Amino acid sequence: MSDITQSGPVLAADGRPLKRSLARALRMQKIRALMLIAPLLLFVLLTFILPIADMLFRSVENRIVQDTLPQTVVAVQDWDADSGEAPPDAVYEALAYDLVVAAERKQHTRVGTRLNYETPGISSLFRKAGRRVDEVGEGYLKQFAALDPAWGEPQTFMSVFADPEWLASRAGAGDEPPFQLSETAHDALPKASGAYMNFARTIQEEDNDSPAEEEPWAPVYMALHSDLAANPQAAQAFSGDAQRLLQEAAALIESGQMETESARDAFVKMDKDWADPEVWRTLKTYAGKYTNGYFLNAADLQKSPDGPELRPEDERIYGTLFLRTLIMSLAITCSCIVLGYPVAWILANLPSRTANMLMILVLLPFWTSLLVRTSAWKVMLQQQGVINDTLVWLGLVSDSDRLVMINNQFGTIVAMTHILLPFMILPMYSVMQTINPTYLRAAKSLGATNWTAFWRVYFPQSVPGIGAGSILVFILAIGYYITPELVGGTKGVFISNRIAFHISQSLNWGLAAALGTILLVIVLALYWAYDKIVGIDNVKLG
Amino acid sequence: MADASNVDAFVEFERVQKSYDGENLVVKDLNLTMPKGEFLTMLGPSGSGKTTCLMMLAGFETATHGDIRLDGTSINNIPPHKRGIGMVFQNYALFPHMTIAENLSFPLEVRNMGKSEREEKVKRALDMVEMGAFGGRRPAQLSGGQQQRIALARALVFEPELVLMDEPLGALDKQLREKMQFEITHLAHRLGITVVYVTHDQTEALTMSDRVAVFDDGRIQQIAPPDQLYESPENSFVAQFIGENNTLEGTVKEIKNGIALVQLDDGELIDCKPVNVSQPGERTRVSIRPERVEYNKDRLQAGVHTLKAEVLEFIYMGDIFRTRLRVAGNDEFIIKTRNAPDQVRLQPGQQIEIGWLPEDCRALDA
Ligand SMILES: Nc1ncnc2c1ncn2[C@@H]1O[C@H](COP(=O)(O)OP(=O)(O)O)[C@@H](O)[C@H]1O
Ligand SMILES: [Mg+2]
Repeated sequence: MSDITQSGPVLAADGRPLKRSLARALRMQKIRALMLIAPLLLFVLLTFILPIADMLFRSVENRIVQDTLPQTVVAVQDWDADSGEAPPDAVYEALAYDLVVAAERKQHTRVGTRLNYETPGISSLFRKAGRRVDEVGEGYLKQFAALDPAWGEPQTFMSVFADPEWLASRAGAGDEPPFQLSETAHDALPKASGAYMNFARTIQEEDNDSPAEEEPWAPVYMALHSDLAANPQAAQAFSGDAQRLLQEAAALIESGQMETESARDAFVKMDKDWADPEVWRTLKTYAGKYTNGYFLNAADLQKSPDGPELRPEDERIYGTLFLRTLIMSLAITCSCIVLGYPVAWILANLPSRTANMLMILVLLPFWTSLLVRTSAWKVMLQQQGVINDTLVWLGLVSDSDRLVMINNQFGTIVAMTHILLPFMILPMYSVMQTINPTYLRAAKSLGATNWTAFWRVYFPQSVPGIGAGSILVFILAIGYYITPELVGGTKGVFISNRIAFHISQSLNWGLAAALGTILLVIVLALYWAYDKIVGIDNVKLG
Repeated sequence: MADASNVDAFVEFERVQKSYDGENLVVKDLNLTMPKGEFLTMLGPSGSGKTTCLMMLAGFETATHGDIRLDGTSINNIPPHKRGIGMVFQNYALFPHMTIAENLSFPLEVRNMGKSEREEKVKRALDMVEMGAFGGRRPAQLSGGQQQRIALARALVFEPELVLMDEPLGALDKQLREKMQFEITHLAHRLGITVVYVTHDQTEALTMSDRVAVFDDGRIQQIAPPDQLYESPENSFVAQFIGENNTLEGTVKEIKNGIALVQLDDGELIDCKPVNVSQPGERTRVSIRPERVEYNKDRLQAGVHTLKAEVLEFIYMGDIFRTRLRVAGNDEFIIKTRNAPDQVRLQPGQQIEIGWLPEDCRALDA
């Protein structure tokens, strides 16, 4: 017996506080228990928690724009999206520098696809531009080459841009180390250095070529022109041939004799949509590392100058889908309750031998493939199917207007009720089994009719079973995929079918992740509401 | 005993039989008549059909044959909820999802009683079982004894004239059980209700009842007030089942002046009161209560037959001494003596002579 009157902590026999002794004794048990569940914990972590975390992350992640078009993203920030005009030439120039690299690395289509989710049409814009972006600045290339044929030599660019140490190191045997820029070039010709650096690294990495053997692509000339125009004295930093070549070019530019070429015109020539401010607005809007765009999209919203706004009516689909998924899952849950309750009741009140026999019948559907069962419903419900044939044969329905029971919501509800019914019956049964039949007798002895006894005494005690079954069925239903896909047609598909579509067909994983996240949040919210209203400890799964 | 014309009869079973499986009769030819206000206990070993009888009365089982009448009208075709019989179940069957007050209010609600009247009655019923402060609790928050009281209050709150109780104290510990035995009888008498009480505990049956019906093998073996049952068992089952009992087997030699001379199997002769024997030559089982056996020669009546006995064991039990003897080849012959100042304590191995009054020694069926 513990001594209640004693003040201060209770001591164990060895004089230590009892609490600490107990904690020590329990720790070993806890560790052992933890070891036992460790494999499962690990499994769940790897196959469940991590993918969900990844999904949550994907739904907001948007690095691709910034990673692929770094200079454009910076340049476009100064442009006012509401000006109604296309951005200045510098932005196009930056786009040319970025895109020529992306095209070589074959990443331009991915940005195009990403932006296409937000503004349809951008994808093809990028695809076309990718093919021809290395021509942007071609005019400069020709003029430089005409000025001095040395400008057509890879060695010229090496002498201007390459780091002498790097040049020395590549002389040795083995693979060429990554291209290094010379400090001088970097300071004197910033844009051209950037462009050339990108060129050199890209052909090293993508083509396994050496920049010493390839003449650079046209945008590098454009950058060089741009630098020399901005700083005619840039040549002073260099020496020898490089200085001379740059001086000549700068002089030509200063004299106004070099014909200028606009990057913007080059792009607009590829596709006139490059002049469309909408395209640029999209690019600017989705330039950030993270975006709520997927979520807005999943909620039928879009970004606008005054914050998020509803999409035009003909583009809204997810709201309807979510609502339909919820309502149909609710309908499935209700029909499972209505059909399952009497079955569970009978099972619980039969002698256990008979009950076990019948239980096998309830579980039988589990032993056949889901696809087979769903296909069986197709056979049953289609217009030339068993049910329609029977109805026609009975004369209840005329041959010309057979009932449409499949490829619509009705078909989905019927097939899914059938498939999910065991999940309702089992928890109900296990709860009902624990309800002592003497309660009913007691109620009747107290004067209650059969119905009152059932409704006031038996039913409330079976509610935990209904609750558990409903949660199971509803949560399974809300994320169901195969059955709606097979028998749902267009009107009976669920949100999960849309998610699957984005995962495997449109490849818009961000949107799929956002939809999945919303689904998860809805389920958790409903669970929370259920806990508030009914109480989760009222749920008995067995 | 059953008599349809009996005007006093409140509950009547007439030639009632019951079979669950169509092969065995669980209740065989039950006849029973109870006047209003009686406290009747059905006592018997487990499986003897007591619960079945109770359930037939309550309407949860139908009699395979025979008639059950309540207050003169046959209730065979009246559903349970219309019988107006209060019932206390062994596991109490308090509705777990309702509070105590709601439990008590339930029978009143289904009778469409007004709210204020209901509350009034619930309060009175709770006070009656001294549980007034517990109305807001759930059954699971009460101890076994408290639940028992609530079950009792619920069975009484709608003022039934007949209350059935099926081993209501079976789950309680000994002390609580004795207290509740007293409370239940007290309440029943105060309210003047008729009670059919089922138990397998003979002490409970003897202390509580006006009459006890001893069940065995689907039949009533004897129905009588407790003292008669104890002192004048009508057959050897009742003698064995009620209280402690010594039996000796033998054959009737002669019956004369209401006294039967019985020769025991080892040849000795004793005098008995013939109960179930009528002629010489019949086998019989003789029953003597341990406290009616006398070994003090001074107190033995002159001229009665005595038996030799050897003391095997002496057990000191405080208020009484319990001594085990070997008598006529029976090693389990028990005698009980009061722990009085002048009482002799027998020693194991001692040879004594025992005897009794002929009327205390009953010659029953073999
Ligand atoms: N519902 C039932 N179905 C079949 N047999 C039953 C049922 N209830 C009781 N019995 C049988 O009837 C006999 C008497 O049971 P019961 O009336 O409960 O005895 P008691 O209450 O005296 O212990 C037992 O042998 C029991 O097995
Ligand atoms: Mg029983």
